[in-house]
Amino acid sequence: MVLEVNNVRKSFGQTQVLKGVDLRVEKGDVVAILGPSGSGKTTLLRCLNFLERADEGTLRFDGEEFRLGRMSKKDAARVRKKTAFVFQGYNLFLNKTALENVTEGLIVARGIPKAEAEELGRRALSKVGMAEHMDQYPSQLSGGQQQRVAIARAMAVEPEIIYFDEPTSALDPELTGEVLAVMRRLADEGMTMLVVTHELGFARTVSSQTVFMEGGVVVESGPSKKVFECPEEGRTRAFLQTGGLERKE
Amino acid sequence: MLENLFNSFPLLGILADSFPKILIPGLTVTIPLTAIAFSCAMLIAVAAAIVQFARVPVATQLCRFYIWIFRGTPLLVQLFVVFYGLPKVGVRIEPFPAAVIVFSLNEGAYCAETVRAALEAVPAGQLEAGLCAGLSYLQTMRRIVLPQAMRTAFPPLSNSLIAMVKDTSLAANITVVEMFRATEQINARVYEPLALYIEVGLIYLLFSTVLTWLQRVGERKLSAYESREG
Repeated sequence: MVLEVNNVRKSFGQTQVLKGVDLRVEKGDVVAILGPSGSGKTTLLRCLNFLERADEGTLRFDGEEFRLGRMSKKDAARVRKKTAFVFQGYNLFLNKTALENVTEGLIVARGIPKAEAEELGRRALSKVGMAEHMDQYPSQLSGGQQQRVAIARAMAVEPEIIYFDEPTSALDPELTGEVLAVMRRLADEGMTMLVVTHELGFARTVSSQTVFMEGGVVVESGPSKKVFECPEEGRTRAFLQTGGLERKE
Repeated sequence: MLENLFNSFPLLGILADSFPKILIPGLTVTIPLTAIAFSCAMLIAVAAAIVQFARVPVATQLCRFYIWIFRGTPLLVQLFVVFYGLPKVGVRIEPFPAAVIVFSLNEGAYCAETVRAALEAVPAGQLEAGLCAGLSYLQTMRRIVLPQAMRTAFPPLSNSLIAMVKDTSLAANITVVEMFRATEQINARVYEPLALYIEVGLIYLLFSTVLTWLQRVGERKLSAYESREG
């Protein structure tokens, strides 16, 4: 088991966004989190990497247990070094080249010598097909290219798990494919992934587990094949029938 | 021959004679005063901006108070308080260091606001991405957020620097013999106020022009990572 969270609760002001979410990710799992807008999927992911502070909940990660509501900066930093995050808006470091984006976390956060980090960086970039663009700045790359660099940045640190927050939602349809292809390859290599997505096709064919969330709770979860083919809950069925077309505005 | 020219136009002689006497204090006092004070101001500004950006409790309130005081009172009054006022309570500071202190604090207050605004303008995702890459808050600020903010802040900061070169003339009031006071001293001897004050004005203009040019070079260098269209 890589990660287990229990009873994650989070409110923004009066609005309760997460109402006690449990989740378990095994090593090598690709877990897709589906759900309509406002279901709390993104907030859950952000709580797992402490970008939002959950009000309550426990996290078991890599053999240690943490309380999400009172995570110390030190613990947060330690856990973050073993995880990686791919954002909807890429968030590449705008003042760094593609290669520097990948090596930054290796050199600065993990103390890997520059030459070695650059070798790892080049390798990660060629895996996502971006080796020839390694000296370009994000502003010189298309959205799909930027997201592939972001994925290279995530995998280069050899994390225990990569969190993906709607990685293709900001992309034109023709660019979505290249990013999904990279993610599919990463899944085939056995990377543990937790993916918040609207891409039902990806969830169905690539993810091993699917979690359906609505209204801040997990409605249904299980092996993707089962969730897609014979969902137990009516709400899951309804969501899958509409093709999950609801988009985050 | 030049001698002849100066004899027939005595004013030219005075200007030529005074030129090095104004320029040298410009190079040895005005420029060092500006350079030292502006460097200190930048350190103060970046520190005060980051403290506020990170909302450090207590320190944020102290920064707001400092900025309130130094932006809200005249520079000349600040110079007088430090140089003429503080000796009353036993704090005696030489003219040049007194000027450095006041100019640093005054400029630091203005530039802190410039830098803070520039920090706020950096997309929030940059900080989040840095943290998620395993960098600490300070590492992310130093390596990712601040460099981007400084690119945004560079033109307004250059503006402040150019304004400061000229404002150093106020230090004449606390007996610092910089360019303007040097000019006054020459004028007291020869009484050619129109010619001499225009002359010193032109030297200030020369300094500002060099800085304007440096600003353009700096902007070009800093914009290396911006889009190809830009």
